[in-house]
Amino acid sequence: MTLFGLHELPVGCTGEVVAVRATGPTRRRLLDLGLVPGTRVKAVRKSAAGDPVAFRIRGALVALRREEGSTVLVRPISMPGGDR
Amino acid sequence: MTRDGTELPRPVVALAGNPNTGKSTLFNALTGLKQHTGNWPGKTVACARGWYRYNGQTVTLVDLPGTYSLLSDSPEERITRDFLCFGRPDATVVVVDATCLERNLNLIFQIMEVNTRVVACLNLMDEARRRGIRIDVPALARELGVPVVPAAARRGEGLTLLKETLHRVIEGRIHPAPRPVSYDPELEAAVAELAADLAVLSREGLNPRWVALCLIAGDESIIPKIRTFCNGKETQGDTHVRNRVTP
Ligand SMILES: Nc1nc2c(ncn2[C@@H]2O[C@H](COP(=O)(O)OP(=O)(O)OP(=O)(O)O)[C@@H](O)[C@H]2O)c(=O)[nH]1
Ligand SMILES: [Mg+2]
Repeated sequence: MTLFGLHELPVGCTGEVVAVRATGPTRRRLLDLGLVPGTRVKAVRKSAAGDPVAFRIRGALVALRREEGSTVLVRPISMPGGDR
Repeated sequence: MTRDGTELPRPVVALAGNPNTGKSTLFNALTGLKQHTGNWPGKTVACARGWYRYNGQTVTLVDLPGTYSLLSDSPEERITRDFLCFGRPDATVVVVDATCLERNLNLIFQIMEVNTRVVACLNLMDEARRRGIRIDVPALARELGVPVVPAAARRGEGLTLLKETLHRVIEGRIHPAPRPVSYDPELEAAVAELAADLAVLSREGLNPRWVALCLIAGDESIIPKIRTFCNGKETQGDTHVRNRVTP
């Protein structure tokens, strides 16, 4: 099974969190945003520079920087236009 | 700062919640004051105080900055966390966004670990209705173990029921019984051991289990705060805490 960092997820795609590799305060922050294994995340919009990226996480729109988001490993589960 | 709450006229009710859930709108609706509100997060960066009268009682209300957590270390979180832990509120309202309930549950559970006298205010019910979101309020209250009051603060909906519920909690006629978060057995054993050693802190109005969880998570910043909280004196509780974390 191929895992991606959250920032590799193409806009419009949904992934399921498999692991959060960050440690310390960054890990805490990501977990507090609801990024725990099993959570579905959709890449909604990329800024011009591709960083940060806006994700839909548990009903909320959250912008994450690459250095945070790339520590979140996801399994892609849907192509563009999938669930919200 | 940490002693703010202890010096305010009692009873004191704290308003906490995720950013942008309508805490300041609710604060304004209850107090008639004009705390700044808007639709982007992070506007309330210090706590505003006001008061309202209900049933012959004057209640001091403290509007706290919005946070997603009490455990990371942003300035907003520190203000909110310190007030909830060391401000000795008589009751805490967790303002929750009804359109995005799941996202708000993390903070409710964290707050319920600190304070037991919690009331959840399910705000933005008008927006939830508009989007066809239906919430089983009694079931939510049962699952959380605390009263849940649906509201639409911007339209003034739910305010009377919220004031009545708070009144009963403050008077001790309702006893919220927050559902505890249980961790894995190894962690629970460590927490129980440490909390037993810290039992003396409950005399000061601190929750030993919560302090134990902070210490196990490696948050030593709580130690000097406990010292300040206990009147700047070297108290038994303080010594206890330090002995447990200084190798
Ligand atoms: N539809 C609707 N909108 C509301 C309601 N309550 C608040 N709002 C709106 O939600 C937005 C945020 O409200 P605030 O009161 O500033 O939220 P807050 O929780 O104080 O935000 P922070 O201080 O940033 O954490 C504002 O645009 C309010 O008008 C409500 O019951 N229904
Ligand atoms: Mg506010």
